[in-house]
Amino acid sequence: MQRGLDSETKKQLEEEEKKIISEEHWSFIIEEQSFLLCEDLLYGRMSFRGFNPEVEKLMLQMNSKNKREEVKDEAVELDVSDEEMARRYETLVGTIGKKFARKRDHANYEEDENGDIKPSKAKKMFLKPQD
Amino acid sequence: MAPVMAEAASVAAESLGGGRARAARTVLDQVVLPGEELLLPEQEDADVPGGAGEKLLRLNAGARSRVRVVCGPGLRRCGDRLLVTKCGRLRYKEPGSGSGGGVYWVDSQQKRYVPVKGDHVIGIVTAKSGDIFKIDIGGSEPASLSYLAFEGATKRNRPNVQVGDLIYGQFVVANKDMEPEMVCIDSCGRANGMGVIGQDGLLFKVTLGLIRKLLAPDCEIIQEVGKLYPLEIVFGMNGRIWVKAKTIQQTLILANVLEACEHMTSDQRKQIFARLAES
Repeated sequence: MQRGLDSETKKQLEEEEKKIISEEHWSFIIEEQSFLLCEDLLYGRMSFRGFNPEVEKLMLQMNSKNKREEVKDEAVELDVSDEEMARRYETLVGTIGKKFARKRDHANYEEDENGDIKPSKAKKMFLKPQD
Repeated sequence: MAPVMAEAASVAAESLGGGRARAARTVLDQVVLPGEELLLPEQEDADVPGGAGEKLLRLNAGARSRVRVVCGPGLRRCGDRLLVTKCGRLRYKEPGSGSGGGVYWVDSQQKRYVPVKGDHVIGIVTAKSGDIFKIDIGGSEPASLSYLAFEGATKRNRPNVQVGDLIYGQFVVANKDMEPEMVCIDSCGRANGMGVIGQDGLLFKVTLGLIRKLLAPDCEIIQEVGKLYPLEIVFGMNGRIWVKAKTIQQTLILANVLEACEHMTSDQRKQIFARLAES
């Protein structure tokens, strides 16, 4: 009793598969049954002259969502400028770092009169005696 | 219209009889019949007969660009070509942001709706069984809508939906092998205007092509209708429109105008709107 395919039919099937795969590389054709891709349709709920204010708000929202997808390159308005951000970040790193520094490292975080962190001095390391 | 259609039909019939496939690019906005095969732009060189054609083939085989083409409603893929399955005009849309290929489809007319995933439709609740509602959407079988598929619905807090209510929702499952399923929330869990449509108003049925025409971004009919009096309209892609205005008479006028505008020329339409605006 023979189970499975014999070697000849297997080879034929493999060849057919390879042929199909290589044919598909030429141009991809995708089938879609939806009209949403084909035509830009407006949102289905509409209200005019203030009959239903919620629907009018929705109309503005949904219809501008479709158009907004085209205008993605607009620069986002910055609330905080870059320089301000850099300044704050600089001071922040020191203050949070202080929290996690051990007693010995507190020397690196000495503050002068204004509360700004002084530039750290050279670390004291063990010097091997020269003999 | 009649002589143009007859000529177009004869050209199409000739190509079907002759067995030569036409290039899709040359047939845009013309009538195509089911059974026609259309060639995509990059395959037109293959049909040039003679020695020059063979040379072209060899040169181009290596440099064949792989363009992704979408075939929309009314078209099927048949090897490398497009096979037309519905009669109507062939349309093409350029690719938007360089995603290659573009979309071809056939602008056909039909009254019977076939559920498609992602479509917003108006359904009528016909039965309430356990955790799901059965919604009639005008297709071959009723769609199912789970009671949890509404905004803010939980097992304790059930939505207030009765048999006979109108629902505006979208399909999440819609293929020929399974029962269609719809929901009244989007992927973020917000309603976005979907759910039970309010009291009163009138629901009527039109052809599917009219819905698409009315929902086109530059549709004059909707703009003119909106200037008449305060009103609310909901369009379902299954050919159903629900309208509501302040009085019953205004609602009926609106329904009649929308039904009739499919077969009117723009002049006739303007006359009617002028008369309505006066009264």
